[in-house]
Amino acid sequence: MIQALTLILTCQLLGESIVLLFDLPLPGPVLGMLLLFLWLLVRGGVSVPVAEAADGLLAHLPLLFIPAGVGVMVHWALLRAHWQALGAALLLGTLIALVATALAMQVTLWLVRRVRAVRGRS
Amino acid sequence: MTEIPLETLWVYLAARPLFWLTLTLLVWLGARRLQVWCGGMALLNPVVLTIAILIALLQLTHTPYAQYFDGAQFIHFLLGPATVALAIPLYRLRAELHVLALPIAVALIVGAVVAIVSAVGLAALFGADHAVLLSLAPKSVTTPVAMGIAEKLGGIPALTAALVVLTGLIGALFGVGLLRGIGIRDPAVIGVALGTAAHGMGTARAFQLGHREGAMAGLAMGLSAVLTALLLPLLPRGLALLGM
Repeated sequence: MIQALTLILTCQLLGESIVLLFDLPLPGPVLGMLLLFLWLLVRGGVSVPVAEAADGLLAHLPLLFIPAGVGVMVHWALLRAHWQALGAALLLGTLIALVATALAMQVTLWLVRRVRAVRGRS
Repeated sequence: MTEIPLETLWVYLAARPLFWLTLTLLVWLGARRLQVWCGGMALLNPVVLTIAILIALLQLTHTPYAQYFDGAQFIHFLLGPATVALAIPLYRLRAELHVLALPIAVALIVGAVVAIVSAVGLAALFGADHAVLLSLAPKSVTTPVAMGIAEKLGGIPALTAALVVLTGLIGALFGVGLLRGIGIRDPAVIGVALGTAAHGMGTARAFQLGHREGAMAGLAMGLSAVLTALLLPLLPRGLALLGM
């Protein structure tokens, strides 16, 4: 358990340090995720404690956003001053982005599978 | 025996990290149970409900957010390690990643561009000013990156932080229903869409559907943050071309 957490925290620490040192446009933990992914590829497997620690953290992922979510109250006045523009942009904009992303991926996935099937036949 | 007045107890407790930390967990568990009782109704989202209840409690008791965060930061801290932990479900999918690489790349580029253009375009239609437009542009990416971008562009980073959270809530609340409504069934596609359009909160929602969805969403969240950070410096030039 402690070993697993140490591995995860070490990846995060490395990620944060590299992002800071090279002024990279991504959050440290995201780079930490890619580092851990590479580490697992090199190691050739996930040990049981690491899998358990990760699954434990991820099981309650929505909970972890609540402190930041409550922070919206601090900017209430600013949000209310622009509520029409922001409401439209947030609600419609996010739904449009979801649909566009999904359709782009679905169409490309269909094409890739199509090409593979044709290649497989010949 | 001297009796402690209730008010003294409150003043003591309200200043302890333990109080707000425990309260956050209790409200969260209660909200989750409520959703289960109501037959898993999607609109009774426990995240939305918990945030609303906690804000109401803080307002009623005149507690500043900073005091709340003293306790809640222990939960907040776990976001970093949880993001790193997304590597494990991703690793379990490694065999499929080469088939999915091109579709994910196309989805990310389309998604990142559409997220920026739709948000900025709609807000501009409603007459939002320049600073608000620039604050809104990175709304679909994860908070630290979004705030950094907003600052560099000349937006208001604090406003961006709030907009990112609200975007995540909208994605988590309506995303799955909308995607299923337009006939999307593939778990990888649902995951990538949620991660690209609604960052970590979309990823958390994706995880409730399954590990495939969650892993894909986590990957998409990370990559779309990089892509958006690279694309957005072009936005002021784009707005200038449109005479805004």
